[in-house]
Formats: sequence, C-alpha cells, structure tokens
Amino acid sequence: MLRITQLTMALLVLLGSQSALADEVQVAVAANFTAPMPRIAAEFEKDTGHKAILAFGATGKFYAQIKNGAPFQMLLAADDETPAKLEKEGLALAGSRFTYAIGRLVLWSATPGLVDDKGDVLKKGDFSKLALANPKLAPYGAAAVEVLTKLGVLGAVQPKFVQGENIAQTWQFIGTGNADLGFIALSQVSKDGKISSGSAWVVPGHLHTPIRQDAVILNNGKGNPAAEALAKYLKGDKARAIIKAYGYEY
Amino acid sequence: MLESTDLAAVWLTLKLAGVTTSLLLVLGTPIAWWLARTRSWWKGPVGALVALPIVLPPTVIGFYLLVALGPNGPGGQLTQALGLGLLPFTFAGLVVASVFYSLPFVVQPLQNAFEAMGDKPLEAAATLRASPLDAFFSVVLPLARPGYLTATVLGFAHTVGEFGVVLMIGGNIPNETRVVSVQIYDHVEAMEYAQAHGLAAGMVVFSFLVLLVLYTLNPTGRRK
Amino acid sequence: MTGIQARFHLVRSGFSLDVDLELPGRGVTALFGASGSGKTTLLRLIAGLERAPGGQLRVNGDTWQSGGDFLPTHRRPLGYVFQEANLFPHLTVRRNLQFGLKRVAAPTRRVSLDQAIELLGIGHLLERKPDRLSGGERQRVGMARALAVSPRILLMDEPLSALDLARKQEILPYLERLHDELDIPILYVSHAPDEVARLADHIVVMDAGRVVAAGPITDTLARLDLPIRLGEDAGVVLDAVVEERDPAWHLARVAFPGGSVWVRDGGHAVGHHVRVRILARDVSLALTRHSGTSILNTLPAAVAEIADDAHPALALVRLNVGGSPLVARLTRRSAQTLALAPGQLVYAQIKAVALVG
Repeated sequence: MLRITQLTMALLVLLGSQSALADEVQVAVAANFTAPMPRIAAEFEKDTGHKAILAFGATGKFYAQIKNGAPFQMLLAADDETPAKLEKEGLALAGSRFTYAIGRLVLWSATPGLVDDKGDVLKKGDFSKLALANPKLAPYGAAAVEVLTKLGVLGAVQPKFVQGENIAQTWQFIGTGNADLGFIALSQVSKDGKISSGSAWVVPGHLHTPIRQDAVILNNGKGNPAAEALAKYLKGDKARAIIKAYGYEY
Repeated sequence: MLESTDLAAVWLTLKLAGVTTSLLLVLGTPIAWWLARTRSWWKGPVGALVALPIVLPPTVIGFYLLVALGPNGPGGQLTQALGLGLLPFTFAGLVVASVFYSLPFVVQPLQNAFEAMGDKPLEAAATLRASPLDAFFSVVLPLARPGYLTATVLGFAHTVGEFGVVLMIGGNIPNETRVVSVQIYDHVEAMEYAQAHGLAAGMVVFSFLVLLVLYTLNPTGRRK
Repeated sequence: MTGIQARFHLVRSGFSLDVDLELPGRGVTALFGASGSGKTTLLRLIAGLERAPGGQLRVNGDTWQSGGDFLPTHRRPLGYVFQEANLFPHLTVRRNLQFGLKRVAAPTRRVSLDQAIELLGIGHLLERKPDRLSGGERQRVGMARALAVSPRILLMDEPLSALDLARKQEILPYLERLHDELDIPILYVSHAPDEVARLADHIVVMDAGRVVAAGPITDTLARLDLPIRLGEDAGVVLDAVVEERDPAWHLARVAFPGGSVWVRDGGHAVGHHVRVRILARDVSLALTRHSGTSILNTLPAAVAEIADDAHPALALVRLNVGGSPLVARLTRRSAQTLALAPGQLVYAQIKAVALVG
C-alpha cells in the first residue's frame, strides 16, 4: 500500500516537472509543408523538450479561422502576404515574421519523357491539359502564370488550363493522368533531393518572384516559450537540412 | 454586387442541376421501380450501392471518379474508345459525376412512392386491359407524382449544393465547370468576403425556397 | 365448349392449393369457404393475378393457361371486382369507368358506358373522385368499371365483405340485377352464407386449399356431409314461383317442385321467380299434422338421411318434399323419441321462410 502511494507520488512529481519545463505550441501549417513539418517537429521536441501540435490546411482557411478566434499560436503560411496581413491587422506579434522556406516551382508530368529539362514542351504545346493551382488563391499558381507570361506562351496555353484549388489537388490532376502536365511544388515530387517519378523541369528561380513562405507568431502565442523556441529552431541548421531535402530553399 | 463571372457560375450551376435532374429522373425511375418490386437477393447490394453517395465524403467520390474517368481508369478507357474523349474537366464529366452523386436523392423518394402504392393499382389496371407499360404511364406515374416532385426538388437542390465532387473533377474552368459552390469557395479563399456573401446568401435563399415549394406543394410530404 | 375448366396446384409456405374443377358457363358460382380456404387464391389464379406453374385453365373454350403458355391478365377478357373496389384515386368516377372501356376494341364492346352506369345506378356520381364516395358507392363503381370492359366472365372477390349491413343491403339488389341481366358467368368469392344463398346458382365449397363440394346450390346446401359446418346458417335454398297473392293478409304463396309455402308478400307479381331460404333451425318435425298451431306452413315429407350435427345434442335431418330438399335441425333426443329413420313419412313444420330474391 505504502509502495503504491510512493510510486504515485513519484509519477506525479515526474509529470509535474515535465510540464513545468516543456511547453506546447499550437501551429497551423500550410498544406504544402505537410511532409517536412512532422520531422522538424519531432527533432524540435527531441532537442528542446517543447511540443509542437500541428494542424495542416489551406492558408486562406487558417486566416479566416484565426480572424474568428481560432486558438493557433503560430502560423506557417504558404505565402508571405497572409502573415503580413495578420500582423497589420494586429492579430500577430509585430516583428515576429520570418521566411522559413522558399518554394521551388516545378513543371511535372507523370509520363516519363514528356517534360524536357528546359521546359520547351510549353512552347511546343504538345499536350491537351495543363494543370496549375488557382493563381488567385495559391502562390504556386501565381508563380506559374508569371513563368508562362515570361516565356510568352500564356495566351497559347490558357485554354488548356485546369485549375486545382491548391497544389495538392493540382498534383492529383496530374498524378491520375487527367492533366498531361502541370505546375506544382518541387517538394511534392522530390524525395531525398531527386524527382521520384515521371518527368520534370525545375523552373529557374529568376522566372518568377520567389515563393516566400513566411511564419509568424500569433497573439495567442504571446509569452509562450515554445513558440519562440520553434521560431528559432526553424532558422537552425538541423531544420534547414530537412527543409532542403524536401525541395525547398531558404 | 455579383460580377459577371459570378453570374456565369450561377447560370452554369442551374444548367448542370437541370440536365442532371432530367437524366436522374429517367435513369432513377427503372432503378427505383426495380428496387421497389424485386424479391431478388440483389435488392440489398444494389440498394446499398445506390445509397453510397449519402455516406461517402464527396471528395472520396470525386477522387475515385477522377481516377476511374482518367486516361488509365476503366471509365476513361471506355469514353476514349467510344470517341468521347476524357470526361474530367468537362461539363459532361460534371453531369456524370452529379448523376452518380445525387442518385440516391432521386431513387429513394421514387422507390418509397412505388412501394407505398403496392400491387393493387397495377392489378386493377391489368384487369382493365392495360399492359404493364400502359399501366405504368396511366396509373403508376400519376399516383407517384408526389414522389416525383420530391425527387426532382431534392435531386436539383443536391446538385446545386454539390461541391466536393466538382472540385475534384471540375478543374475550375469558367463556363464549363466553375459552378457556384466552387466560386464561393474561391471567393472565401481569396478573402473576397463580400462576393462570397452575395453568392452564399443567394444559395441559402434558393435552398430555402426550394424546400418551401417542396413542403407546400406536396401534401403527403408534409404529413410524413 | 363453355364453362371453366381449371386445374391448379400451388404450394406456398404454410399453404397449398390443389383444385381440379369444372364450373358452369352461366349463372353465379359462389366460391365459398372460411378465410384461408384458398377461394380468393383460386379466383386470382383464374384472373392471372397469381401464377401456378403447370396449371391448366380454359374459359369458354379459350385456353388461358396450359403448360408454359400463360395469357397475361390484361389479355384475358374478364372483369374483376376487388374486395375494396380498388378504384384509381387520381381519376374521377367517369375516368375510372372509361379506363377499361377505351382499352377494349370497339367491335368487341357489348356493354356501353351508359348501360354500366344505369345498371349500377351511379349516374349521379360520375364527376366525383373515389375519396368522395361511400363504401357502397365505391363498390358499385368498381362493378360498373368491371362491366364496362364487356367481360366474358365476371370475377368478384368478396365485394361486400368490407361493407356494413346497411351498405350490403344497398348493393345486393344491384348484384341481383347483374345476375338476372348478364348472360356471362360470374364467379363470386364469399364467406357469407346469406350472400351465397341469395345470389348463387352453383357453389364450390373450399377448405384448406381443396374443393370439398361443388354443384347446384340447392343440392349442395342440403348435403349433410360437408366438413364445413354452416352452424346457424345451415339450411336450403329453393327456387320458386309466386303462385297466388292474398292481399287481405299480405301473404303470397310460392311454389317449388313438390310443394309450396306461404311467405310475406314481397310485392312480386304472380308468376315471378323468387328464391326462398329455409334454415334448418326453423324446421321442426311431427309425425302427425297438427292443428291449433301458429305455424303457417306444414309440408308432408320423407326422411332421407339423418346425421349428427356439430354439437352432440343435435342432429340434422334431410327431408325430401316431393323432390325438393329440406333440412331440419332437432335434438338427438327428439329424433330418438320420434324413432326417425330413412324413408319415414313426417310433417315438416316450417316456422320461417326468408324470401331472398
């Protein structure tokens, strides 16, 4: 009897000390960062003892939810506009914004050999459907339109557009073969730094404005050591190695 | 308040719902008739299959349709072999998807109407020299009219409200696959809340009016 | 070849039907039996509303079912009256009547809409919907609708069973008119002895899916060996003719082969054919002709057969009155006291005679 009480006491002390040292942070993460973020969070917890609780979704939806009182403490957006807007509207901590990753655009096809490594397929127009994320909503879609404009083929290929609501859906259009090719994020098709299937042209960064993905600490995260720790950790070497392996730059 | 792209989406949505509902009434009638009358072992499996879209998330249906109707899927191979090309990202593709998606909302009211009718009117018609087909048009259809009204309204309204499936296989092409629900979603995502409200409020009012018509004109529906 | 030859064998869970029947091609044939006896199933088999594979059915010389051949209901020239009328609720009475009529080729029409309307007295109901009709009116419309297809045989499935007594009384005269004015055979399913007594010329008694007796109604009802007991309704039905009328006492004498009885004057003219029903419980027996009794009708008769009744105290006695049968119910003690035996001459004292048509 006595031993059980002692054990319980010991457990309580242990648990208590754990929660005293480690904090939790609720993070809203852009859908395109679904693959690398759990790995970063795992390393983060191992190294700092803090816990990052992740929710994945569309940045626009997170914005609407945050505006309406969602309890997120930090946002890893798919763009740089949303965090800026949140900061301007007083929903995020001033000065907490930073770019955690820069997305790379890729023209990809599930069919091997269809996309050449210079993107000339766009000029030849030898395809019937070109998928891209809705440029109004998704930075990758907007970047794709920029690239097509710079290459001078926008007018020619626009009738072949099919738009996904986000890059995940755009990938589905291409992956299932319903669209011959399309613009998505390099992170979606790269594994260990290589294109895993089909054919692809990694679009040179000078053809479009950089797809900056910014993070920001939200008002709810004010004074939470875990939020500040995560912001710092994302800029560290360990996190950046993971981010790069998934096809992003920084 | 509504832009021309919004109006185009509204028109496209009504066209899609109209075409889909008409097709569903034609297709749903024999299915509902068979389900209402058969004593076959297949009644259970077929009934469950028809009801699937009620329980499946629309995105699941949309994804499977995208795969099935794509160039490597069985549906896609069939449409290509028939010279119809591929259905995803076309209006015809949306119609096919909507027919599947709204099928239970048309079949079930019809099936209920046919079941409630029983054998008696058909027997009376047969003893009065009406062939089964004759009896169907002269007796069954008029007696099942409340069921048809319910089926039409539900099928139409459900197609108008459809979103997930269209999102998956539509490709958001203006005048072709960009329907109201997708347009609303885009407005919300783009933080264009004023336009989103305009369309969304329109949809709420539309849905309410449709149901109001259903409950006012359909006395049996009101009683049940 | 007229008449109906029917042979059906049907097995369902908890029920089997096995009949091989020859029915007359004219008059009303009652299919009589308790519920579950198979009489309605037999009628539906004849209509083609049910199927018994391997059955045989010929009606008025036409084969309706034989081997693998099965004439679907809508091609059989029959009229069918349902238990609860079964009118089309979405059509007015007129449109209900026209439904069948307009599907019959003009050259084969023998009954006009006006005739059917007149025969059933429904001229004032034509623009109503069925839900605005009484039960009796609905049933009359149902009958007119069946007649309007100019059937060569009329099948009626307990057309009165859903009606109360008053409604039955309202319909029965119309049924009698059908009987008298149509020269087509009528098959009439019923479990009510009074309806059968009033309407039927022939009777088929069914029990547990089998035919236990069939024949002309007078002979068949007089049989004492029917396993189906009619109880209080046991008795005979006799066809008779009005012979004389006594206006002073409002009585009429109706004669049947072998005798005559006085009945309340029903207003029928002399020479009119009527039908009388004499229940077994209303007939008592005496060895000598009594005077000083209130009983009006006493007929000399010969004992034909004595049988036990359902109750051990009672016996049934079949009598022969100059060729017509009578059945008397008395206690077995009385039968023994009178030392009744077949061939014995007795006097049948008839307490009541019902004029049923």
